[in-house]
Amino acid sequence: MTAWFMMATWSPYIVGAGIGILIWTTFLLSDRPLGCSTAYAKTAGMAESVISRRKSEAMPYYQKFTPTVDWQWMIVIGVLMGAFLSAYLSGTFTLLTVPPLFAAEFGTDSLFRSLVALLGGILMGMGARWAGGCTSGHGISGTLQLSLASWVAAICFFAAGILVAGLIYGFTFL
Amino acid sequence: MEFEQLRSDKRAQIVLGLLTGIVFGFLLQKGGVTAYGVIIGQLLLTDFTVVQVMLTAILVGMPGVYAMKAAGLVRLHYQTGSVGATVIGGLIFGAGFAILGYCPGTAPGALGSGSLDAAIGMIGIALGAGIFARLYPRLNRIVLTRGTFPAGTLPELLGVRPGIVVIAVGILIIGFLCLLAILGF
Repeated sequence: MTAWFMMATWSPYIVGAGIGILIWTTFLLSDRPLGCSTAYAKTAGMAESVISRRKSEAMPYYQKFTPTVDWQWMIVIGVLMGAFLSAYLSGTFTLLTVPPLFAAEFGTDSLFRSLVALLGGILMGMGARWAGGCTSGHGISGTLQLSLASWVAAICFFAAGILVAGLIYGFTFL
Repeated sequence: MEFEQLRSDKRAQIVLGLLTGIVFGFLLQKGGVTAYGVIIGQLLLTDFTVVQVMLTAILVGMPGVYAMKAAGLVRLHYQTGSVGATVIGGLIFGAGFAILGYCPGTAPGALGSGSLDAAIGMIGIALGAGIFARLYPRLNRIVLTRGTFPAGTLPELLGVRPGIVVIAVGILIIGFLCLLAILGF
């Protein structure tokens, strides 16, 4: 059993099945689908309310998604802890500022990678809230409820992702 | 419902959120999908780990959630999308996905595995969400409600019983996963 927890990787089917079962529990115990991007909107709302509480409370979006530490927000903290636990147990925890694939193509300048990550993050944060969910909220939790919007969103995530990744790295599959 | 009390207990939900996140993060890291190279590999169609994880999660999650719904234990939570919200937002998200190389769930997982660039990505995601919140009243008026979808779920769209769609989607997913395996992924 412990050897299993110390393995560097598990089969994607085991991991997927585990996530599927985890979502049963979120519906049953918390009456929620599993999603991650709402937490970022809440964080942005917390930052806004530090600047001006009155202004942020008047913003319609933060009336829909109240900037508070709740179930949604704790998910992201938990993911960070769970991933650390997994990486630590398997001895694969490695500090890096530039992922190897990125470094092989664009060099090891961590400032450049940071700027690219910031730009990608901004687009992703806007897109996630624009579409009403991310790879987990739409891509897994929504699609498994057979939500039409979630299937369309997931197809759009991958369509644009494949196009832009191809423009960055070249369309290797062609 | 039997679980109402637990569901409305804010303190218990904060603990449950943390525990759920820990299990989710552990699984994502063990699946390898917290690695930039694996996510970009998926988008370059050279590595299908991300799709294998997602489709298996749907394959297992879907019948469980629908069975619990049939038993009156859970409610579904989905939104009716639109071209203006779902398609445009989805395409913007996809572009960000390829540029960042993590998503809102795998970014904290990557950070937990030691990838510090994911922290910058997470700041970016929060900034992007904040920009969207500021633009929300205007976007909601101009674009988000354009081209509302004709149905909330696939069974409604197709006009068939949910159970049949669950089985059909399950078979399609198994078929696709087998195809990927045959192709050597």
